[in-house]
Amino acid sequence: MQNRELVIIGGGPAGLSAAVEARKLGIKDVLVIDRESEPGGILKQCIHTGFGLHIFNEELTGPEYAERFIEEAERLGVEIMLDTMVLELTADRRLVAINSREGLVEIKAKTVILAMGCRERTRGAINIPGFRPAGVFTAGTAQRFVNIEGYMPGRKIVILGSGDIGLIMARRLTLEGAEVQCVVEIMPYSNGLIRNVVQCLEDYDIPLLLKHTVVNIHGRKRVEGVTIAEVDDDMKPVMETARFVSCDTLLLSVGLIPENELSRMTNIEIDEVTGGPVVNQRLETSLPGIFACGNVLHVHDLVDYVTQEAVLAARGAALYLASGSKKYEHIPVVTGDNLRYVLPQRINVDAVLEGKVNFFMRSVRPMAKAELFIESEWGVIKSRTLRHVRPSEMISIQVSRDEMIGSEIIKFRLQEEGGRVEHGN
Amino acid sequence: MIDVAIVGGGVVGCMIARKLSRYQLKVVLVEKEDDVASGTSKANSAVIHAGYDAKPGTLKAKLNVQGNPLYDEICRELDVPFKRIGSLVVALNEEEVNVLEELMERGKNNGVPNLEIINREKLLEMEPNITSESRAALYAPTAGIICPYELTIALAENACLNGVDIKLNSPVIGIRAESGGGLSVETPGEIIHTRYVINAAGLFADEISRMAGAEDYSITPRKGEYLIFDRRFGDIVNRVIFPSPTKISKGILVCPTVDGNFFIGPNSNDVREKDDVSVTLQGIEEIVRGARKLIPRLPLMHVIASFAGLRAVSNTNDFVIGASKKVRGFINIGGIQSPGLSAAPAITEMVVDILKEEGLELKEKSNYNPGRPQINKFRLFNNEEKKELIRRDPVYGRVVCRCETVTEGEIIDAIRRPLGARSLDAVKRRTRAGMGRCQGGFCSPRVMAILARELGIDPLEVTKCGSGSEMLKGRTKEFIETGGVKSAK
Amino acid sequence: MSTAIEEKTVTCIVCPSGCVVRVVLKGGKIAGISGNMCRKGTDYAKTEVINPMRILTTTVRMEDNRLLPVKTERPLPKALIFDAMKELSHVRVKAPVKIGQVVYPNVADTGVNVVATRSWK
Repeated sequence: MQNRELVIIGGGPAGLSAAVEARKLGIKDVLVIDRESEPGGILKQCIHTGFGLHIFNEELTGPEYAERFIEEAERLGVEIMLDTMVLELTADRRLVAINSREGLVEIKAKTVILAMGCRERTRGAINIPGFRPAGVFTAGTAQRFVNIEGYMPGRKIVILGSGDIGLIMARRLTLEGAEVQCVVEIMPYSNGLIRNVVQCLEDYDIPLLLKHTVVNIHGRKRVEGVTIAEVDDDMKPVMETARFVSCDTLLLSVGLIPENELSRMTNIEIDEVTGGPVVNQRLETSLPGIFACGNVLHVHDLVDYVTQEAVLAARGAALYLASGSKKYEHIPVVTGDNLRYVLPQRINVDAVLEGKVNFFMRSVRPMAKAELFIESEWGVIKSRTLRHVRPSEMISIQVSRDEMIGSEIIKFRLQEEGGRVEHGN
Repeated sequence: MIDVAIVGGGVVGCMIARKLSRYQLKVVLVEKEDDVASGTSKANSAVIHAGYDAKPGTLKAKLNVQGNPLYDEICRELDVPFKRIGSLVVALNEEEVNVLEELMERGKNNGVPNLEIINREKLLEMEPNITSESRAALYAPTAGIICPYELTIALAENACLNGVDIKLNSPVIGIRAESGGGLSVETPGEIIHTRYVINAAGLFADEISRMAGAEDYSITPRKGEYLIFDRRFGDIVNRVIFPSPTKISKGILVCPTVDGNFFIGPNSNDVREKDDVSVTLQGIEEIVRGARKLIPRLPLMHVIASFAGLRAVSNTNDFVIGASKKVRGFINIGGIQSPGLSAAPAITEMVVDILKEEGLELKEKSNYNPGRPQINKFRLFNNEEKKELIRRDPVYGRVVCRCETVTEGEIIDAIRRPLGARSLDAVKRRTRAGMGRCQGGFCSPRVMAILARELGIDPLEVTKCGSGSEMLKGRTKEFIETGGVKSAK
Repeated sequence: MSTAIEEKTVTCIVCPSGCVVRVVLKGGKIAGISGNMCRKGTDYAKTEVINPMRILTTTVRMEDNRLLPVKTERPLPKALIFDAMKELSHVRVKAPVKIGQVVYPNVADTGVNVVATRSWK
């Protein structure tokens, strides 16, 4: 049994950022465990730009962003255990991990940061009818094939879902000489960033079919085509509009799910909306000494926010190591109108005294203009006018100690201004 | 000259192959797909029925009740998981309570042991998630669950080990009676001369029978669609839960799997084509509606896969088993729909008896091995066992499929075993890699790399399920010169 | 020189508003810009219509067949992106590579270098 001060599960952007910050805060013994043979997580296959604007004030590619943190982690003496899979984690922070070199490793950690990231939603989760031939891939798997392994999953491609990975892959595959027939999106708006819609689709004349979905997959052995159809306002396909699109590959970019199998095994309280642990503003989960950050907590649109969140988790771990486990009093954070979720889900009252709290939230639908209200049992404590609210782009707001002090509940709600606007692309 | 040629590598064909492999015989099994268990045997309800369902006097009734108790030994010998968890037929109104009584009566006539009608309170105690509308249930403790493809593969591996020649990718394109006695079975690669042919071709049994000039009957494909759920919700039911049956089918059930998931389905619709395993929107709606009558709160957000299987329904509505009266040495096993899986061991016994009657001499081998090489199911091991396994062979220290905790060691073993896996689906059915909640998103590139390495083939040749289902279309940079390159706008 | 009137639309990506900007061209020269809500949209639309530029990110092969992610140091004309891809498809890079290292100079004769975006030992 090894004894460790801080064990970070996952060596992607969240885990590496947390490790670097933890060393900077003076935690001597920081161990990152990753199942891959290289650290960096999914960033290694995200070879496009768009990373680091907030943190480094420059536009980096995924591998560049990752390499900065990998180098810094090495420089600061972070230990990274690669090709290692954590099989078990207990509430008292005992871990069981395996790899080929050391076999089965048992570790007792004073603190743990969960940074396992997320996985892609699959075909089953959205029940696309049809056959089950070769040629149906999630966009991220296709990205790995193209950018890491050097293989083309297909030549003639339809993409379902207009999330950023789907858009990025539409361009990437086009550049590599594949023919992307169309991107099909069930919602009346794209789920990706506008710049991706413009630079990945419009630049290459790839049609974005909003309010459409795939209703059938054809081909016994390999995909031969898909049937797509428009959907009505209840998202039910209108079969009269169905048409066949010939293709050899269907890529799915239909959402990401925080990877919390380990957390569930440990009986950490999970928020069914975010799919991640319930945390306070120190990003401490329902189990003392276990923190979470990055996509395992909730799915982020920008890696910069992941890094910022990881810094908070590392600070939480450092505070915990300094002061030990305490029973905190929490006040609830309530998700009100037009919001899908607010994070953190609760506020540790003692920690409020330390200063500001960063809240992250997502709207349920796009709005051209909206007013965000933050209320306590005493009434509105803060409000802010927001423009161009989109479910795909996280809203963040800081609330200070003075604004929250004495409250027993904090509620967030979003009110649309100027009526409901259809905001497509 | 071969003694027996078996057409079809489904559960019935493989179980007969295994049975015959204990005798001093030359046996060949031909299968048209790239793996055994590629048809009906890979996509069905995976239930070993108690046997109250079929009409007394039918082969279905007799062979189901005889087959069920034989499973304990088969599964012990082959180390295949089998759980005798029992089944419940739920009545939602008075009328259906009467149906339960009829079923119980029928079951007793068929010889099913320990049937019992339980009241609502008892039912809710046994199955807390069942609808509060339920009135009573028929409890059949001898019903069980199994993994039908794991079973079929295990049977085939054992048959292989005992000398049966299993020829994959070998569709039968002709069968002829030879003038000097015996039969010839033609596949694209060869002509097999044999004394006996056992037609276990599932959905295609009618075509094989006709090809041989034997009895004329027809097999209609009847599709059943299923939804399978995340293992997290595997304990939503503890037993096989049926609705009260109608005349057409046993209805849509809610059922745990031996691997800890649960599924709902199947519906029942005749289709035209024997390879139509497509899932339909209407089908999904139908099974969800059906299952909700039993379990109102289904975690529909946590479906991990949908699939469809085809039942081989004969026009006689019973199993068609017997030696051909027209072609000497040709034995038909047709129309093996539900409860075919449950009946398979008894079908096997029956076929052996038929072979004896037809003059085949059965002499036991001295070196028959009833088992198969052990599989190290890493996920089921305790920490000490895991430690020891990785120490012995470090490839077990690399997890390839993280959803199901499948290690590289298990994947290599699946490829190197008797009747080793040659495709992604074959690896999946042997190891569960790709069966989990991410459905291979993470592990399929890795499994493909291992397959290519172990088989000494180019990654571009790796298939999902045999020729024509190649996973990749080329290397990067390859299409840039040749592909339909557009110029940027 | 032609004096034909042409109209082009550009979706502005400077901010999340995504204004659809209409640019009227007379004889190839900008004669009017409308539809944008702010000044930044005007500049963006001008460049997009006259000479749209993009950073290109892709991979090149290493001699040992590993893939090396790369990018153009600066944006290059959008119209030349496929030419650049064609050139880069023949490039082979020898290990080791350091992040930022030029692996291919002056791609598509644009004066823009292609650099590695990761290190490979």
